[in-house]
Amino acid sequence: MPPIDPAIPPQEMSASYDPAILSYIQRAAADGLYEIRGLGAKRKIPHFDDLLLLGASMSRYPLEGYREKCATQTILGTRYAKKPIMLDMPITIAGMSFGALSASVKEALGRAASALGTSTTTGDGGMTEEERATSKILVYQCLPSRYGFCPDDLRRADAIEVVIGQGAKPGGGGMLLGQKINPRVAAMRTLPAGIDQRSACRHPDWTGPDDLTIKIQELREITDWEKPIYVKIGASRTYHDVKLAVHAGADVIVLDGMQGGTAATQQVFIEHVGIPTLAALRQAVQALEEMKMKDTVQLVISGGIRTGADVAKALAMGADAVSIGQGVLMAMGCNASTWTTPSGEPVDATGDYQTLGASPGTCHHCHTGHCPVGITTQDDVLEKRLSPSWAAHRVQNYLQTLNMELTTLARACGKNNVHHLEREDLVALTVEAAAMAGVPLAGTDWVPGSSTGR
Amino acid sequence: MERLTFDLHASSVREINQFLHQAVPEPGADLVTIEHPDGAHNLAVGLNAPWQVRIGGHVGYYAAGMNQEATITIAGNAGTGLAENMMSGRVHVRGFASNSAGASAHGGLLVIDGDAGLRCGISLKGADIVVGGSVGSFSAFMAQAGRMVICGNAGDALGDSLYEAVIYLRGKVASLGADAQEEKMQEADYEAVETLLRAAGSDYRHHDPRQFRRIASARKLYHWNADARHSY
Repeated sequence: MPPIDPAIPPQEMSASYDPAILSYIQRAAADGLYEIRGLGAKRKIPHFDDLLLLGASMSRYPLEGYREKCATQTILGTRYAKKPIMLDMPITIAGMSFGALSASVKEALGRAASALGTSTTTGDGGMTEEERATSKILVYQCLPSRYGFCPDDLRRADAIEVVIGQGAKPGGGGMLLGQKINPRVAAMRTLPAGIDQRSACRHPDWTGPDDLTIKIQELREITDWEKPIYVKIGASRTYHDVKLAVHAGADVIVLDGMQGGTAATQQVFIEHVGIPTLAALRQAVQALEEMKMKDTVQLVISGGIRTGADVAKALAMGADAVSIGQGVLMAMGCNASTWTTPSGEPVDATGDYQTLGASPGTCHHCHTGHCPVGITTQDDVLEKRLSPSWAAHRVQNYLQTLNMELTTLARACGKNNVHHLEREDLVALTVEAAAMAGVPLAGTDWVPGSSTGR
Repeated sequence: MERLTFDLHASSVREINQFLHQAVPEPGADLVTIEHPDGAHNLAVGLNAPWQVRIGGHVGYYAAGMNQEATITIAGNAGTGLAENMMSGRVHVRGFASNSAGASAHGGLLVIDGDAGLRCGISLKGADIVVGGSVGSFSAFMAQAGRMVICGNAGDALGDSLYEAVIYLRGKVASLGADAQEEKMQEADYEAVETLLRAAGSDYRHHDPRQFRRIASARKLYHWNADARHSY
């Protein structure tokens, strides 16, 4: 570093062309292609951190945190299915594909979910035997690509999730780059190994909500009306999409906000398409309430759920459960500086991050298949860095912590059931969050956009 | 052999599908006739046993969807999503088929005597499709594996974004899609066409395999490529 010349005044940085934009322009100029990456949105947007829970004091009576029970049981799919899903907690694991993730990760997710009495979900690569064997409750996704889609697996599933969109990329398809396509992934997807695999942005055999109604009936007919049908929507025109999904016959709506993760998609999608989870959740609840379907069709919210506070606030806003993808990967060591040997020894991974041009905490190279901690990879050597039993234990600890935080917060609000949390229990820290969530600005009774307050 | 007949004027789709989801009770008791389908949706979906099903008229969406092992013959026309995601068995439509016939089908044989609409064989994953008439635009879009024999003409963007599926076309094509190209027929191609025409039935025997052309992927979009930006 040359010495700083005191004669030169500090230089001012352009607000419009900050280092991030400069880097973007230089990369685009060098490659001539848009950037594909993982990890979801990086920019800060209104989120559950902008809400606060109102603990009980005089006007509400709290429950004793370590003595009085607070129920967490959650039932999904009560509208039509003969066999609704019964969960021990309102926290589920989101759909993530085998292909994007290693088989070890899928197995670990199944083990953790089963230990906690909750569900996990397949993804855009079909159902693996490891996943089915370890998952007590497995949701099987019906995706636009239909990679590996099989009626036998449909019948082996506990619920079916028709995926219409993903929070990180509403309206967009997927891209699994060739370097992650080993022979097993290729065989499951009926494609040659080593080539880029594009996932379609829309289903091949229906083109709109009227068709979806009949498609859902087909799935019910094939499975003899036993299994709940979830419909997963990437949050954008949420209010109308939720109403259409209800009209089409969904038992459960899974709503994925723009803070949702992705293994690989265009950066321009991640940062500029869709709406925040907070805003989407409020619109979805409003749509269900207007249709008088709030207690008939369950709502699962996902997209950047990280803590028990996020879960409590989501439930208070009207969600029946949450679904977590990126958070459980981080529990397994995503973006950690070390990976752990089967004997429990931490091994430094910073050199591998540097090779990718990243560092622990900033890595978004899920799409490359070179995950330093063995999560988003199909490389034999890297995959062995993640032990399924170690990873399952970490995920179990993480989700259990969230559930304990949730019940602690619910008791503080005077609830003996986490599903009794309500909008009355929330205020917002900012005008933006108050407007999006439809709750009062803290210290006032003002709900932006409402003429009556509350 | 006792022949079992359902009449959709008297029975529901649910009752019929429920019955057909059982294993075939015994050899010779596998023939089921469905009368008065009148465009009903989701008829004979999710079959998983070697039933012989004859449907005596027009059907709606997703007829024979996700079929496994069964042989299903439809006397009339079929709506959207005919035999979608079929895994094995055989589905034969005597009339026309609407959009997305054979979508993402993994195995088995789909025969359409009349024309097929848009996106026939979209995302095909290994099944064989024989169309006696013509197919609409974007047929075989993103088709990954399997074969299509088209005895008539094809609309725009045939085989757009093809992977490893192969199309045999007898008539004219309005246009080929991105990354699709015509290739020289080899002896194995002639044999494949002949085999598929024979499997489709006696109505197809008059076609000469040497009248067909081969359409397959140019494989230029198999890897992320700035030089192919106009195709993305």
